[in-house]
Amino acid sequence: MNSSTVRALLVRGMLAGLIAGMLALVTAYFLGEPQIDAAIAYEEAHTHGHEHGPEVVSRSVQSTAGLATGVLVYGVAVGGVASLVFSFALGRVGGFSPRATALLLAGAAFVSVYLVPFLKYPANPPSVGDPASLDKRTALFFLMVVLGVLLAVAATIAGRRLAPRLGNWYATVVAGLGFAAAVGIAYAFLPSLSELPEHFPALLLWRFRLSALAVQLVLWTAYGLTFAHFAQRLLAGPARERETVRDGAAPAAAQV
Amino acid sequence: MAQSIAPPSTGAPTAVPAPLPVKAILPWAVFFGLLTLIALYFVGAEQGATSVFAGTGVHEWVHDGRHLLGFPCH
Repeated sequence: MNSSTVRALLVRGMLAGLIAGMLALVTAYFLGEPQIDAAIAYEEAHTHGHEHGPEVVSRSVQSTAGLATGVLVYGVAVGGVASLVFSFALGRVGGFSPRATALLLAGAAFVSVYLVPFLKYPANPPSVGDPASLDKRTALFFLMVVLGVLLAVAATIAGRRLAPRLGNWYATVVAGLGFAAAVGIAYAFLPSLSELPEHFPALLLWRFRLSALAVQLVLWTAYGLTFAHFAQRLLAGPARERETVRDGAAPAAAQV
Repeated sequence: MAQSIAPPSTGAPTAVPAPLPVKAILPWAVFFGLLTLIALYFVGAEQGATSVFAGTGVHEWVHDGRHLLGFPCH
């Protein structure tokens, strides 16, 4: 258990992120791209003075190679970071096996890195959002991501502190409620954005946002399951598990 | 939680994995953390609110990914 274990976990995390990224890419292509095309068609039919210059990258490249670059780089990056968080969390957040730790971490990452910012500052299709307010929207979005992560870390620490007094179940419930309350307070105090162009199709906005949510849900679910498999095999070992099945009495059998 | 679903036949307590030492994690975390910040910056924010390179090439290339991953785009 040393630096080479961390490296092995990082490599597996990046690989799991790549696999999850590929599934997210398929989701983005089939669910998201039709909405982007529809939004661009709307934008072109309602140009409000600001003309677009010559096309730097064609739509067919944007929706294939461009989309793949963005989603796969994102997948590998967050997959690697999540595996390093896993290296730290393993054995420190409770009596969870590598597999259970990986799955819980992926769920927590989805909620804090994506869902919490998304519910306040959701993904927008092209033509939604005033270019003049981009600085403000960028700052608020990243602030919300950082806040989501910090609150999740704080809730985890609080849950661990409360566990001896309340027991694991109630400590987890209290920490979860505290997280929700803190997120609610942040939502209430941070400025809301509503820069929807007049008569922008509501159904298109809904479908776009749902597809963006689906992309992340697929990404983190696939990552959680893939990395859970890799981490369990690396740290608990397939040989030990198989022995367990045969003998029914090896220590690894007690793990989830 | 893990204890309750352990097979009752073993009778052994749940094996909690030993934590990895922070000293082993830290160098990887710093190294990969920096790489990730740079990578995510180019996917999520370059040539939007801030620009390292002039023009719109990077922005246009990752345009669809930026929208669908939830980053503010334009």
